[in-house]
Amino acid sequence: MNGAHDMGGMHGMGPIDTDPDDPLFHAEWEKRAFAITLALGFHGRWNIDTSRHARENRHPVDYLSSSYYELWLKGIERLAVDTGMISPEELATGKPEGFAATPPPDPDRVAAILAKGASAKLDDDVPARFRTGARVRALDITTSGHTRVPRYCRGRIGIIDRDHGVYVFPDTHAHGLGKKPQHCYSVRFAGRDLWGGAAPGNDAIYVDLWDDYLEAAP
Amino acid sequence: MAERVKSLEALLVAKKLVDPDSLNALIDTYEHKVGPRNGAKVVARAWADPAYKERLMRDATAAIAEFGFTGRQGEDMVVVENTPAVHNMVVCTLCSCYPWPVLGLPPVWYKSAPYRSRAVMDPRGVLREFGTVIGDDVEVRVWDSTAELRYLVLPERPPGTEDFGEEQLAELVTRDSMIGVTKAKPPESVP
Repeated sequence: MNGAHDMGGMHGMGPIDTDPDDPLFHAEWEKRAFAITLALGFHGRWNIDTSRHARENRHPVDYLSSSYYELWLKGIERLAVDTGMISPEELATGKPEGFAATPPPDPDRVAAILAKGASAKLDDDVPARFRTGARVRALDITTSGHTRVPRYCRGRIGIIDRDHGVYVFPDTHAHGLGKKPQHCYSVRFAGRDLWGGAAPGNDAIYVDLWDDYLEAAP
Repeated sequence: MAERVKSLEALLVAKKLVDPDSLNALIDTYEHKVGPRNGAKVVARAWADPAYKERLMRDATAAIAEFGFTGRQGEDMVVVENTPAVHNMVVCTLCSCYPWPVLGLPPVWYKSAPYRSRAVMDPRGVLREFGTVIGDDVEVRVWDSTAELRYLVLPERPPGTEDFGEEQLAELVTRDSMIGVTKAKPPESVP
């Protein structure tokens, strides 16, 4: 989707707060929103692509005026309701009308769950469409669904820098349409090919892009 | 916002969908246990041990796992090396992807609109904002974490540290130097 989250190349966002001692959390509720999001995710009712889309798929004014953990809260509320874990009425009133069918993992298992993670890399034997060094064009994809092609590289030509292997494809995975295993590459774009002749001649931007986002370029 | 989060947490706990002890464990993990000191150990060893550095550049996930740093948001790692000719920096323009097992949770600025919008378009300007001046003859490489690969910058080892052991070297490695917005600290900064 062409959403407000796709920020690469936007102007007017102001200076960066570079203070190295700025705390990771600015309020207690931010910690709870962070932990609730991870803990509810332990039930496995959605995947990381679904959850990203739940955060990004909103009015640009809402996205840009919400703080980071506000977006996480709004995202987890939406996921919990959309999957039926809670009802809209329960969310509105805060009063439970029923109990979970399956219990959450034991707190003692949290460390092991985090240490294991959930790799999106797949063992599927899928041929790579492009070799390292090949010239490729990022397709000019416009979709209202979830995608990981940033707007700033669409239609631009780059070079396959490295092949990361076969990965889950987010555009389908976010919408319950399967993993569609395919190669994911680091594609190197020259700064001038993205931002014009005024960009330094020795800036390069590397974007991780899947086979379905690319076509061979002359 | 505080009330809204409190209400949601109370509802989820009442419905037995989340365990409050798990919430506390999650917060404790990323507030106190997992953070950039992990990444600093990796960098220091890469500086001190050429065989380790070779493994790290070839298969970063496995080499980082030698320290026991594994898992969520670091399942598949890539390390990019700064040299006198190349400076690397990392961003996630679409959200906030960041290598948790080695750096912990991202700082607020990393997730913010000013950094995400400009890191790919004007990396040298962004670096100057962090006080980092990169020569015109040095190539700047920006890594936009748009997929599930997580990037860690291997900063240049500061000159004058030939006699330093791994622990001393790790003191010079800051979070921001492993994101690539600053360089490692000079040796005189460590008592």
